[in-house]
Amino acid sequence: MADIRSLQDAVADLVHDGDTVAMEGFTHLIPYAAAHEVIRQGITDLTLVRMTPDVIYDQLIGAGLVRKLVFSWGGNPGVGSLHRFRDAVENGWPRPLELDEHSHAGMANRYVAGASKLPFAVLRGYRGSDIPTRTDTVSTVVCPFTGEELAAVAALNPDVTVIHAQQADRAGNVQMWGLTGVQKEAALAADRVLVTVEEVVEELAPRPGGIVLPTWVIDAVSVVPGGAHPSYATGYSTRDNAFYQAWDPIARDREAFLKWIEENVRDNVRNSEGALTR
Amino acid sequence: MTATPAGTTGTTETTGATDFTSDELMEVNAARALADATTCFVGIGLPSTAANLARATVNPGLVLIYESGTIGSKPTRLPLSIGDGELAETADAVVPVPEMFNYWLQGGRIDVGFLGAAQVDRYANINTTVVDRGPDKPEGRLPGAGGAPEIASNCGKVLMVLRHSTRNFVERLDFVTTLGHGGGPGDRKRLGMPGAGPTAVITDLGILRPDPSTAELVLTEVHPDVTVERVRAATGWELTVADTVGTTEPPTPHELAALRALKAAGKPGKETR
Repeated sequence: MADIRSLQDAVADLVHDGDTVAMEGFTHLIPYAAAHEVIRQGITDLTLVRMTPDVIYDQLIGAGLVRKLVFSWGGNPGVGSLHRFRDAVENGWPRPLELDEHSHAGMANRYVAGASKLPFAVLRGYRGSDIPTRTDTVSTVVCPFTGEELAAVAALNPDVTVIHAQQADRAGNVQMWGLTGVQKEAALAADRVLVTVEEVVEELAPRPGGIVLPTWVIDAVSVVPGGAHPSYATGYSTRDNAFYQAWDPIARDREAFLKWIEENVRDNVRNSEGALTR
Repeated sequence: MTATPAGTTGTTETTGATDFTSDELMEVNAARALADATTCFVGIGLPSTAANLARATVNPGLVLIYESGTIGSKPTRLPLSIGDGELAETADAVVPVPEMFNYWLQGGRIDVGFLGAAQVDRYANINTTVVDRGPDKPEGRLPGAGGAPEIASNCGKVLMVLRHSTRNFVERLDFVTTLGHGGGPGDRKRLGMPGAGPTAVITDLGILRPDPSTAELVLTEVHPDVTVERVRAATGWELTVADTVGTTEPPTPHELAALRALKAAGKPGKETR
């Protein structure tokens, strides 16, 4: 059953040094506020899992909290590079970053296997690609019925999955709608689940395409309006594309990045249970 | 195949607009390549520009599919990311990401995959992972695969759009992220890839298409006022040139107006509602 708790307490209880953590949300509903709380608490040596690391992981990587990254596309969408990610991979700053790299189809299926509690998933993928030479979590399996050789990808079972959703009710049931990405799979694959939400409502009204996660698969719900910014929550906010563009020069420069984190995340105690300044 | 001297082939279209950039030439020709498509799996950046321009010009009914899970998106402005809200709000259907890749893409439901690339070789294989920067230097890191390997494998065919330079069109890829035609004809079939693979690479200088017998990319068209020699100089391998090199039609005023309107509407700014 999910307790409705402060973000500070929920992160402190559920996210630990050395954990494998998935903070999912495919462009939409990215749990930025929870990531910033991780930075404030200095939770470190993390293995981070996300299809698209996005600016959220650029920040965690640059803050020196990440040992390993499991991912499939590491860019700033429509803008360019994730400079903190690149600096860590290319120069080991602020620490070396181990990579486990996949295609989107492979990552999505790794979560499906994780949620299904199967050891691996199969897909018709990675054919002719050099990707399998750089990871030990892709292999092949022969179909017992047709003899076709298929890609096998190891299941992903994070210690903790963190997601952002639009609404919860008082019992801690959660609903999200719009682009729902791989959040259901990432949540059901994990040992522990933290959900930040825009608001708590008396009753969850059914939404077209909406996904409901019942309270009994969630450990904690924290109310963080705007907690996805600069990503967004359909029905509540729109993607702050200008922020994603403004991030490029900040992240390009180590000093500018550290200053930004200091001023906007670490010193921002006022916002430890709320959104970043908009 | 023999080289065709520059400036001796093709026809000169004089009814088109005369004031346009090389990027606009590339984008307009990329959109035209979608004239016959029913469904298109759209990569972000240049492919998204082309696919949205196709909807505004040659193919209003084109079904745009984005990997974020949207089917039938009808944005009025160019999205910055593959997950901008308007893509979902205007879609016929929004599906979870595992469903998108498994049922729709792997299920063989999508005609055309439209991809960009950091590096491409003569067989239209793609590198978007790492580049070798020379001895004693760390590999240069690129974003990685995203959806491309399975898009290129499972869509009916693949179109590519990227700017033409020796940096992008290389003799040898530093890493094969996404297979185009592998090492030549038969490789896709041998690997059990359902789709036909890349059928055209549209650049700011012209259009390359794989030779049916060798699978090697051949220069088949140049844009107006572009010489074959210029394309050769911008290609990192010894480029094969078609016996007859055509010249693409210049953008029409309608195409240019539609392209510029999409871009003007897509100028990012902080959105509020």
